[in-house]
Amino acid sequence: MSEEANMPLWEVFIRPRVGLHHKHVGSLHAADSTMALQAARDVYTRREEGDSIWVVASKDIYASDPSQAAENFDPASDKVYRHPSFYDIPDEVGHM
Amino acid sequence: MSITIRNALLHSVVQIADDHLILGHRLSEWCGHAPMLEEDLSMPNMALDLIGTARTLYSYAAELEGKNRTEDDFAYLRTDREYQNCLLVERPNTDFAHTMLKQLYFSAFMKPFWDAMHHSSDATLQALSHKAVKEIAYHIRHSGEWVVRLGDGTDESSARMSAAVSALHPYTDELFETDAQRLHCIEQGVLPELGEIKLQWSQTIDTVFTQAKLHRPNIGFPQTGGRQGLHTEDFGMLLAQLQYLPRSYPGATW
Amino acid sequence: MYSQGLIGADSNIVEDQAFLDAFQQRIDAEEKIEPNDPMPQAYRNTLIRMIGQHAHSEIVGMLPEGNWITRAPSLRRKVALLAKVQDEGGHGLYLYSAAETLGVSREQMTEELLSGKAKYSSIFNYPTPSWADIGTIGWLVDGAAIMNQVPLCRCSYGPYARAMIRVCKEESFHQRQGYELVKTLCEGTAEQKAMAQDSLNRWWWPSLMMFGPSDTDSQHSDQSMKWKIKRFTNDALRQKFVDATIPQAELIGLHVPDKDLKWNENKNDGKGGYDFGEIDWDEFWRVVKGHGLMNKDRIKARKKAWDDGAWVREAAQAFAKKNVAA
Repeated sequence: MSEEANMPLWEVFIRPRVGLHHKHVGSLHAADSTMALQAARDVYTRREEGDSIWVVASKDIYASDPSQAAENFDPASDKVYRHPSFYDIPDEVGHM
Repeated sequence: MSITIRNALLHSVVQIADDHLILGHRLSEWCGHAPMLEEDLSMPNMALDLIGTARTLYSYAAELEGKNRTEDDFAYLRTDREYQNCLLVERPNTDFAHTMLKQLYFSAFMKPFWDAMHHSSDATLQALSHKAVKEIAYHIRHSGEWVVRLGDGTDESSARMSAAVSALHPYTDELFETDAQRLHCIEQGVLPELGEIKLQWSQTIDTVFTQAKLHRPNIGFPQTGGRQGLHTEDFGMLLAQLQYLPRSYPGATW
Repeated sequence: MYSQGLIGADSNIVEDQAFLDAFQQRIDAEEKIEPNDPMPQAYRNTLIRMIGQHAHSEIVGMLPEGNWITRAPSLRRKVALLAKVQDEGGHGLYLYSAAETLGVSREQMTEELLSGKAKYSSIFNYPTPSWADIGTIGWLVDGAAIMNQVPLCRCSYGPYARAMIRVCKEESFHQRQGYELVKTLCEGTAEQKAMAQDSLNRWWWPSLMMFGPSDTDSQHSDQSMKWKIKRFTNDALRQKFVDATIPQAELIGLHVPDKDLKWNENKNDGKGGYDFGEIDWDEFWRVVKGHGLMNKDRIKARKKAWDDGAWVREAAQAFAKKNVAA
């Protein structure tokens, strides 16, 4: 079966309530974005899981390569001076 | 509430409840057999909305009647002659085109109906209208999007959609039918005038049909009778299934 | 270029011992494996088979219960059953999605189900001739499923574990509605109680079979445990199910159809548990191999839904294509 024959896959993001981020919850199939949004509503919000939905065509998502994870993310680990606890402040100053 | 208006209201509430239960029942027949898995979730969602509204209405009918009957007595222990749903909602599912069109026809009617019911003089129905209108607005969107896609999809889907229009359109007149008791409710401000609702229904159907490249036929010979308890043969089979257990085991609790 | 974000793209991993050891180390450290991570082909295949079977079971499982949606005896039962069967569809969908992250499409999986190549839980090849079966399925079949599924929430493969967390959360009402339904029958007329007992008689043994072959005969268990795809053996879960279910049956006055059933205080490290009779493995394998009462009807129903729906799916895609072009 060719890729063409398959109904496109969409990634679904739900915002639990205003003030929060949309969060990835899963995926589904739909022919277009309108139907994907409706399917997302029917599949992923049956129990009041959210108040806003994003759908993104799965083919449009680009991801970092796990084999590059070390070079991508490890260099941040020794930059302790980016964190407030790195700096000594007299106790008398109080909260800063 | 006067006895006349109470009886007229009871009569009308049961009719509206019957519409919702029967359409919900038909939709529920799809569960597990839908054209795609996503739709196996969408159709039950709509069915649950409709059956939920039917339950509220039957309970209200029982209260109006004051004879200690329950929602289930109304659903399970009335004969086909006592059921007063419009014929549209009882028509068999046939295929996905018929099912979505039936849903659109009904929802396009109920949306302005519930909108208008926000001003009903009946507190129970007014409260219900605020919940029901949101549900039905989504049903219009869902069935409407499908009618557009099927109408303007492939040659086959377009032919099936046109066949559904020919088959179901004659049943739409009955949505706007009134009888003496309904008229009494309208006069009392309990139920809305149907003129404005019909206009809005037509607008919704025209908008969707234009996008779907569908032709809206003239109704030469409208099909009616459901409100008088005169149903199509398929309805007997539907009730036989629906009522099988309570009829087979009278008095049992489930 | 490294594109396609969430679908496990296949790579050209050399599965030498160093690679396999490093993978096992991640598993042993309770690290989750995510779609794009390198993984042994056998791990991928095991998951595709397992998640696919699980998804198919949910989808085929809609049929025996769906059989009673139009005949539910009260409106309250009707909405509960409809919502439950709808949930099963949702669970199938979540699981297909999880499997798709491993590089297999839903269409492929569906074709394998319809051709008979892929398996699903044999329990759904038994018929539901009575309303009591709806209760019994919720109580026993969902009960057994929960036993199986709760440990899967900690499965080493991230997307499967996350799907299972969602499934388990939603399933919590399924078993309760089933038990409540059976309990209501037991408190009803003599005919209703007989209906409940008859149903338990038919479903008890097939429910025990749901945990799969005995550990000594299970071909997939060892490696799956090592990879932390599975966390408990078939027999351990079966024992847990029996111990949990017997008191529930007694409470509503139902008799479990097993003459060898008896309390053994030495079981479960001295905490006690039930000894139970031997499962009829010939029947188990007969149904697994396609000769249960409903095997053919189930696949026929799924195939009909799929074939009858083809024109709808094609229309949706044709419309989408036209409107992107426009």
